[in-house]
Amino acid sequence: MTLRTLLQADDVRRAITRMAHELVEHDPDAERLVLLGIPTRGAVLAQRLAAQMTRIAGREVPAGVLDTTLYRDDLAGQPTRPTRRTEIPVDLDGATVVLVDDVLYSGRTVRAALDAVTAFGRPAVVRLAVLVDRGHRELPIRPDSVGRNLPSAKTERVRVTLTEVDGDDAVTIEGGEQ
Amino acid sequence: MSDHLLSTKGFTRDRAVALLDVAEDMADTQRRQVKKLPTLRGTTIVNLFFEDSTRTRISFEAAAKRLSADVITFSAKGSSVSKGESLQDTAQTLQAMGADGIVIRHSSSGAAHTLATSGWTRAGVVNAGDGTHEHPTQALLDAFTIRKRRHGDDSRGRDLDGLRVVIVGDILHSRVARSNVWLLTALGASVHLVAPPTLLPTHTEGWPVTTGIDLDAAVDDGPDAVMMLRVQRERMTEAFFPTAKEYASLYGLSVARADRLPATSLVMHPGPMNRGLEIAGAVADSPRSTVLEQVQNGIGVRMAVLYDVLAGDRAA
Repeated sequence: MTLRTLLQADDVRRAITRMAHELVEHDPDAERLVLLGIPTRGAVLAQRLAAQMTRIAGREVPAGVLDTTLYRDDLAGQPTRPTRRTEIPVDLDGATVVLVDDVLYSGRTVRAALDAVTAFGRPAVVRLAVLVDRGHRELPIRPDSVGRNLPSAKTERVRVTLTEVDGDDAVTIEGGEQ
Repeated sequence: MSDHLLSTKGFTRDRAVALLDVAEDMADTQRRQVKKLPTLRGTTIVNLFFEDSTRTRISFEAAAKRLSADVITFSAKGSSVSKGESLQDTAQTLQAMGADGIVIRHSSSGAAHTLATSGWTRAGVVNAGDGTHEHPTQALLDAFTIRKRRHGDDSRGRDLDGLRVVIVGDILHSRVARSNVWLLTALGASVHLVAPPTLLPTHTEGWPVTTGIDLDAAVDDGPDAVMMLRVQRERMTEAFFPTAKEYASLYGLSVARADRLPATSLVMHPGPMNRGLEIAGAVADSPRSTVLEQVQNGIGVRMAVLYDVLAGDRAA
């Protein structure tokens, strides 16, 4: 089993900065922009993106946490998943919501997130920002902002580490070539 | 995480805290615009109640429906059980009908365990009260309520370390007391049982508790919570105390007694209450009373239990 580092700490930081600019440019007129990160690392990314976007846009961009566990369609067939706390900082009715996750893969987490968001209201727009898109979608879901496209084999494991949770910033890939 | 919930005996601190944390998340979902979750869509849950219980049955039913499960309520009265159908036949019938989960209340201690281990059904079994044995979801909602009053929004991840809880009344017949003894002590609380000598179990040596017969002494000791048990006349075939008046005066939580408790002490009751017998009406309605919170918290706790037992992979 080999472990390769695909993005170093500097690469991760640059990718996040570029995404922050992209997201602000995407919705320059959005009055109520809010980022919702999917636990665990998506929530950390949302915090970082929101801080940068607040500086770039010159106005407060709030970030919250959206747990998707209870809305998943793949709960059966594996051990019960622990739930995480959801924190929605603003009213989502009419807001521009950006869902944030670390890795986009099958798209099932994002589908669950779309269901979870609508439990809180009806946003005007929902966008998707991911640090890594590794392909292999199982649902018609497409990100609006991507830190890095990393075509990968299904047998490989892509892992994002972030300082706040893991002690360092990196994207690594493991396994694959027998 | 688990195939059944039959008992709180053997719960570790971590398991209890994890389950209470899921209950916090479940309770939060009930403040959303859309309260219904798709989590148990396609799952059939049978509420199998061989014994009357309005609030527990409704609480489980609400919890299952909020998780999008299909709920079938089966009350023993008016069913073939009154024609002599055995638990085995009932369980096998429910299995044949495709029940994924069975919430069972039964007057016999051990009924839930029998159902879970008999091989009659592959359904996940949740004990909603079996005889005088256990009532685990009641204990979980009691622990949840104590933790919530203590720590509010900061409850997640916390146990009940160092808290002192007094449980008062008919300990002998109380499955609520038994489940609370195991759960509260697993969470780090200390438990003191107070009852007339006739209503204290004779063999509590193996229980991690202290016992006494003096409610006034227990009150003056300044506990963090006083849990009053219902006097269960239906389980009393003998005279356990001379008169209701004497019971109320010695073991009832009167206004005078409640006033001697520290300001932060909680007064709890699993319901339904005999006002004026084990608890004075004014005490039950006072700010320190958690009676209605217990009912409210019961839904989130039962959602967490149904999720825990039924959402993931089942071993069977």
